[in-house]
Amino acid sequence: MADQMQLYEVFIRSRRGLDHKHVGSLHADDAIQALEYARDVYTRRGEGVSIWVVASRDITASQESDCESFYDPLDDKPYRHAAMYALPEGVDSL
Amino acid sequence: MDKRVALVPGEQTFQARIDAEEKIEPKDWMPEKYRQNLIRQISQHAHSEVIGEQPEGNWITRAPSLERKAILMAKVQDEAGHGLYLYAATETLGITREELIDRLHTGASKYASIFNYPSLTWADIGAIGWLVDSAAIVNQVSLQNTSYGPYARAMVRICKEESFHQRQGYNIMMTLMNGSQVQRDMAQDALDRWWWPSLMMFGPHDGESAHSAQSMKWKIKRRSNDDLRQQFVDQAVQQAEAIGLVVPDPDLQWDDARGHYDFGAIDWEEFERVISGNGPCNRQRLAHHKRAHREGAWVREAMAVHEAKQRLSNEDVA
Ligand SMILES: [Fe+2]
Ligand SMILES: [Fe+2]
Repeated sequence: MADQMQLYEVFIRSRRGLDHKHVGSLHADDAIQALEYARDVYTRRGEGVSIWVVASRDITASQESDCESFYDPLDDKPYRHAAMYALPEGVDSL
Repeated sequence: MDKRVALVPGEQTFQARIDAEEKIEPKDWMPEKYRQNLIRQISQHAHSEVIGEQPEGNWITRAPSLERKAILMAKVQDEAGHGLYLYAATETLGITREELIDRLHTGASKYASIFNYPSLTWADIGAIGWLVDSAAIVNQVSLQNTSYGPYARAMVRICKEESFHQRQGYNIMMTLMNGSQVQRDMAQDALDRWWWPSLMMFGPHDGESAHSAQSMKWKIKRRSNDDLRQQFVDQAVQQAEAIGLVVPDPDLQWDDARGHYDFGAIDWEEFERVISGNGPCNRQRLAHHKRAHREGAWVREAMAVHEAKQRLSNEDVA
């Protein structure tokens, strides 16, 4: 077990000012190595200006199968959207 | 000697990035003053989102219908979220949430002065959503291009959520204006009280603004106070007229040559009085925040204890 490499998730910021986006994963012995592998695997053509690596086991994820009960109370609130409120004649910039 | 030699290498790269419209990210080198300036501005923005929940929260239990109540709760919930996005963005600059809250409580850090006015009638909820959120949006849209990456991205997220806020407020005003004389008077009275404080939200005139020049050079701010205020007035006057409200400013007049509305003088003495702690509700707003924070202490402690316990029992299993 101990000599098995760990799984890392790789996130890349393609341009300054943008969010890091998930691009894939890889195996490495530690975080620094994961960063170097990520550079070699995912940014050979200038795809990014910044890389984050996160050990996959440190990610807590919601389950798609729980979708209905997890998001349920959020779906029945049309009033959260601006489109629900009609504007009077002559008003457009609101 | 070339002047640029005096610059530390980091500072040259920094200013070059800003000049090229590139974002500064948390791990980049930045001048200490840029960092402090951002901490001041973003945390003030965060505090405003949170303190702003108070005048609106005041009417949740008294909303005139179940639907209006649900809408107002959804709006106030959004504002809490905005506070969170902005506190998190401030924390990327190397300051803790506890320090930020502490600065609010000691008065070292400010929040938007408009929230020191009371919400006296249901129409005030309309006026706040329509005017205060509109003014905030005008400012926030310009800040989507601010130079600090986490702040700019928080602004994009917030602006998306804001449009429903101003619409629901305007919708309350519109509904009242379509109602009885008493309801129309109530709407007009709310506009009369919120109009001038809304104009003050944009801060002092450009010539007198303490932080403006440096903030513009660093692109923390993108448009001047007066510029933003003018845009707000131009929009709001049209919106007021469309539903039969009268803007309480005898000097208000369309200026054909400028292509903008001219408007009367702002009472800067009132602005100074309210910002320095002597508005109608300053003490109440801070006292309420402190009490809520104090009363929540046991929840934070219980969560920390629970987390420690979980960690111990997980270690036992392993
Ligand atoms: Fe907000
Ligand atoms: Fe809002």
